[in-house]
Amino acid sequence: MSKSIFKISPGFADIMPAEYRELVEQGPYEKSVGFSDLGTFKELLEEHPLCAGCGLALSLRLILASLPNPVDTIIVGSTGCNSLAFPQVAVHNIHSLFGNQNAVASGLKRALKLRYPEKAKDVVVIAGDGATADIGLDMVMQSWFRRENITTIMLDNEAYANTGGQESGMSPEGTVLNMAPTGKKFPKISLPEIARESGCDYAAAVSPARPGRLEKMVRRSILVAREIGPTYLQVFCPCPTNYKFKPEETIERIKKREKDGTYQIREYISPAARELLTRLEEKTSDE
Amino acid sequence: MIQQKVVEPEHLFFPAEREKMFITGSEAVKEAIKRANVDMAISYPITPQSESMHLVGDIYAEGYLREYFRGENEFAVMSAVAGASMGGVRVFTATGGPGTLRAFEIFSTWAGARLPIVCGFMTRGVNSPLTIQPDTIEMAFMLDTGIIMLHAENAQDLYEMILKAFVIAEKTDVHIPVGVFVDGFFVTHTRDKVEVAPPDIKLPPYDPYSAPVPVMDMENVPVRQMRDPFVMKSNFISYAAHASWQQEVLAAAERARKYIYKYLGGLVEAENADADILVITSGTAASQSREAIAQARQAGLNAGLVKIKSIRPFPAEEIKELTRKAKAVIVPEFNRAGWLCRELKAVVEDNTKVLGGPRVFGGMTMPPELILSEIRRCAK
Repeated sequence: MSKSIFKISPGFADIMPAEYRELVEQGPYEKSVGFSDLGTFKELLEEHPLCAGCGLALSLRLILASLPNPVDTIIVGSTGCNSLAFPQVAVHNIHSLFGNQNAVASGLKRALKLRYPEKAKDVVVIAGDGATADIGLDMVMQSWFRRENITTIMLDNEAYANTGGQESGMSPEGTVLNMAPTGKKFPKISLPEIARESGCDYAAAVSPARPGRLEKMVRRSILVAREIGPTYLQVFCPCPTNYKFKPEETIERIKKREKDGTYQIREYISPAARELLTRLEEKTSDE
Repeated sequence: MIQQKVVEPEHLFFPAEREKMFITGSEAVKEAIKRANVDMAISYPITPQSESMHLVGDIYAEGYLREYFRGENEFAVMSAVAGASMGGVRVFTATGGPGTLRAFEIFSTWAGARLPIVCGFMTRGVNSPLTIQPDTIEMAFMLDTGIIMLHAENAQDLYEMILKAFVIAEKTDVHIPVGVFVDGFFVTHTRDKVEVAPPDIKLPPYDPYSAPVPVMDMENVPVRQMRDPFVMKSNFISYAAHASWQQEVLAAAERARKYIYKYLGGLVEAENADADILVITSGTAASQSREAIAQARQAGLNAGLVKIKSIRPFPAEEIKELTRKAKAVIVPEFNRAGWLCRELKAVVEDNTKVLGGPRVFGGMTMPPELILSEIRRCAK
């Protein structure tokens, strides 16, 4: 949409909530902003109801600040902690059911291609690890097999956090969580590798401890999905509530995991995606 | 794309010069979709529905639809259909029996999200034991999902109901899904005479902005920044918001009544309605019942037939009126649950006169003689 349709009727200007006025006047629509501009524009996420120190909330803020074109971005979510924040996000976003996000996104993307053949409408799935790697894995992978032009972003807090901290397929082996009273019996699912083998043109893993790389990867995953094929981005965002560490230790925790090698930043780019990104990124650096 | 002229629904449904075809129910689905100006269809195989969606795939290849693909399972297909509908296009899919149950979680969300999806349900038995035979048991499960439910008797009904379902579903004051149910095999796999509109005309396109909810296309302003999302709250306002939304979905189905009258001529069709013995039924059981009352009347028994076309909304007032004078009501059904009998017992004033059955299931046919012997028993 054009930002020009997003305005407040003069008759209502004085009664509109302050945060809405700020959104209209200083929102990120049709602006080139990124994580380093946080604090200078109105963020798409207005507050949020998530816990103190929530790695997922931090990641979500960074992801939303990194969207290459929020004015034409539609997000498909799923059930989980993140679905509690989405009613407060100022781009169209869908919550349908638990696990069906990539199927919904497939239908949505194809519909928008029919209605706007000349315009890039970015369909971005943002869902938790349970939704992506467990209950919705078949629909996630099938959307990759079908080469849907959608971006799948997993917010990986390594548990079913919203339901009280149960083991998920993304929990590390041996972790004691609810429903894993004697420790998880199998390793963390290697979804970036699965994504690559399933036809994703871009598959990466990052965390909010590296906001610059996260921003770059969000943009790449969306630009590649727009032009080439499916993409996957896994964002490690530990959960202080269920993993029982102090809220201020979230970033430290990520860095420790990076150091001991149990969590790695990764990036796979297919040759076709590489060509596109080289072209696009050269263009940006020329400007 | 095939060039077809857009005509008013009324023209397509009524005065348009019709061609007679001798086709299966599955082919009747194809003929309806050909004229329905559908943007996208998504399919998944299950007997006895597969052929319908193959044929929809064929007309996609011919250029009657703009997008078509096979999904990975019924839950995924119904989810993709929801995404497409939220994106503002007209969509169609179909399933049946175990497929309906596999997808079951999605139907209430279609209604709750106010999506005007049209879905064909070619009914069949559900497991266990494994069955692929005709049965309408899945309709019992679907009754309270919030979707409109039409029940076709034959291929002609199926053709009409699918086309009209799009028009009814997309009315702004309705805007909820319509399921067109038909008894699998009996209708889908048999040939019948069907009168269809010329193939070079079609319904007007769907206008996504007729929706009473925002289209998820970022071409309208995202309304957000609810600082206290209802899902997070345990207070009266959040309960009331959810409750009133659900009431509105039910009210939308109620508001569909006038369109069902307009386009389908009513929620019921009655024959010899002031008879002492009324057979009330839906779907293919109406055909055997028609035969049975004809035989009964030949034998001097005063029997009539009420065929219910709309299961949701349910013709409560019509049934109450029609059954007031009847001495007995017989309800033939193709399922073990007797869901239609339960529905009727809830609205007939003196419901002791509603006799459940005859019921057949597991794939059995219903000989008219079975209904006739019931009529005879009531006449004693």
